[in-house]
Amino acid sequence: MTTIPEEEIAPDIEAGEAVPVQRAARMRPGARHLIIAGVVVVAFVVPVFASSFVTFQLTEVLIYGLAILGLNLLTGFNGQFSLGHSAFYGIGAYTAAIMIHNYELSYLWTIPAAGGVCFVIGFLFGLPALRLQNLYLALATFALATAMPQLLKFHALEAWTGGVQGLVVDQPEAPGLLSKISDDQWLYYVTLIVVLVMFACAASLIHSRTGRAIMAIRDNPIAAAAMGINNSLYKTLTFGVSAFYTGVAGALGALAIGFVAPDSFTIFLSISLLVGLVIGGVGSILGCLFGGLFVLYVPNIANALSTGLAGAIYGVILLLVIFVMPAGAAGFVRFAVARAAGWRRVSPKGR
Amino acid sequence: MRQLTRRTILAAAPAALALSVPFVSARAANYGPGVTDKEIKLGNTGPYSGPASSYSAVPKAQTAYWKMINDQGGINGRMINFISYDDAYTPPKTVEMVRKLVEDDGVFLVASPLGTPCNSAIWHYMNEKKVPQLFVATGATKWDDPKGHPWTIGWQPNYQSEGRIYAAYILKNKPDGKIGVLYQNDDFGKDYVKGVKDGLGDKASMVIVEASYETTDPTVDSQVVDMKAKGVDIFVNTAIPKFAAQAIRKAADIQWKPLHVLSSIGNSVGATLKAAGLENAKDIISDFYLKDATDPRWKDDDGFKWWSSFMDKYIPDGDKTDQGYVAGSSLAAMTAQVLKQCGDELTRENVMKQAAALKDVTVPMLLPGIKANTSPTDFAPLKQVQMAKFDGERWTLFGDLITGAVG
Repeated sequence: MTTIPEEEIAPDIEAGEAVPVQRAARMRPGARHLIIAGVVVVAFVVPVFASSFVTFQLTEVLIYGLAILGLNLLTGFNGQFSLGHSAFYGIGAYTAAIMIHNYELSYLWTIPAAGGVCFVIGFLFGLPALRLQNLYLALATFALATAMPQLLKFHALEAWTGGVQGLVVDQPEAPGLLSKISDDQWLYYVTLIVVLVMFACAASLIHSRTGRAIMAIRDNPIAAAAMGINNSLYKTLTFGVSAFYTGVAGALGALAIGFVAPDSFTIFLSISLLVGLVIGGVGSILGCLFGGLFVLYVPNIANALSTGLAGAIYGVILLLVIFVMPAGAAGFVRFAVARAAGWRRVSPKGR
Repeated sequence: MRQLTRRTILAAAPAALALSVPFVSARAANYGPGVTDKEIKLGNTGPYSGPASSYSAVPKAQTAYWKMINDQGGINGRMINFISYDDAYTPPKTVEMVRKLVEDDGVFLVASPLGTPCNSAIWHYMNEKKVPQLFVATGATKWDDPKGHPWTIGWQPNYQSEGRIYAAYILKNKPDGKIGVLYQNDDFGKDYVKGVKDGLGDKASMVIVEASYETTDPTVDSQVVDMKAKGVDIFVNTAIPKFAAQAIRKAADIQWKPLHVLSSIGNSVGATLKAAGLENAKDIISDFYLKDATDPRWKDDDGFKWWSSFMDKYIPDGDKTDQGYVAGSSLAAMTAQVLKQCGDELTRENVMKQAAALKDVTVPMLLPGIKANTSPTDFAPLKQVQMAKFDGERWTLFGDLITGAVG
């Protein structure tokens, strides 16, 4: 992880701005809020005009964005590397599926439950992870991701998980009062509201004293400890919160797809989330949504260009994006805004 | 001509309209979504990337098959527009791509999507939307469910019925043996185990070892050694080629000579037996429903000659020892048969009606005598296999065709 220049952890820093940028490059808060408000309004209006398939795709973008935000809290803000988030996503999805399939509970309960289960597991996994640094932590979480599909197939758990056959999840239906809304639109709005609340919570967490502590640990753990921050506690809690976010995304994913199987939650999902994280912008909250767009659409674009060479084209697009936006989408936007405003001092530093 | 006044024309017009309108609308009603006078749009998903990309031969062969059909003038004069998307063998991607096919591309039906988890993920959706999920490219048993899922139909003999066929063979030839089963810790592996046990019925206790492996394991040597140590004398080997070959070689290394039954997924001469050493594979028993493309016995067979020329012309860079091309072209040929049977009544309802009314249908690369049969209560088109014994060089088919249907 790259370290962040000293002035970046000054108390008055604006949240979500962990990527190194000169202060001059920042948008004024008013403009920033205006843009966010605009995006939210568009997000609410889009399904009215979009086809149900596009609505479904956008739901998936939001879900991936939320999962990437979970990873970003851990990796981008706290500096702990994870290749294991497919496991938390899977645990969240299975929690929702089991509650709906085996116990016939309402889908709304599954969202906090999946988050809670993942928080506990993430917190517990964070304890041994404390002893591991950087690449070793990556390997430990990689092990988690590799183990997850097999655990889901494990014989003793088959009564709950359905083993290799997976579980069918009844999808939410729009409530009777809102009969004009299709099921796809309903699921989109449920997802959108959950995502908005959770993005807002993440932003306020990062703005807070706790958020500054989390980032201080990333930047210099010894200095952070010297300032009186309980590194172990914050790191394990961040692990738990990160798993909470990704677990909620998993539950929403199970609702959107209507089916869970061990093959849905392999290491490839972890890698996709990591790609989305870097593309969106390490340490950027809104960038996560761009990461979600990339994860969903770019493989489709690559496939549309050539079925046989889809993997190669995906790689080329990925490289191009990294060259054009070395600090991710969020860094690119800041850079563009600064340019437009006439500030020349800005240079997006690569990560 | 003088009689043709304005008034008579005015009077005649509604009559003409009345005659022509029902004709037009009746004709329109005969087409489902994705069908025109010129074209039928078909959808498909397959693993072009990801961990199962070695199966991509199956959708590639289908794509090539439809190209050939179009070169020959299409089906009943309509060109086939075959749209195949990559799902990387991940169920969420399958759902997304199939929704794109159905809602965005507006395909008439989805033909032979590949993979058990992938088909499971769209199973509910297809049946809710009433879009045919025709001849799925997986051998799970659950696709034969005409009552619960009338829009989904299977294709190949399912793994459970294969397991039953092995059980029947064992009961007949070695009824007092001790059975060890090697299986992949996975859907099809477990289907095989269930089939064998169901087939043994009250003699299921003959199975004394059930050893599983993961696709990520380096070897299955310890499982094989363990079976020998426990006194197993009937070895049911349902592993995929890599592990099946290891097991055959290990058994030879430790001088273990059980009655060795090898499942159809691991019985390729090129992929398994050569790797294991042909001399080690002598006397192994297996079962077939498609012609083995590497078997020289078929070189004068009309079906094989057709397939070989099809490969040369449409997939010149394809590996002819890859059975995926055999399976893919056979799947597409079966779909073509259903579309032909539909004639000009190309509705989704009629597709399922015709798919459930296959009578002794055969396609070039099925073994001689094996025929696809379905009925409104039977959605398992292929049920027959033939046993074969390996003579050290090639498989020799023996006995009659065996049916092992699981209802």
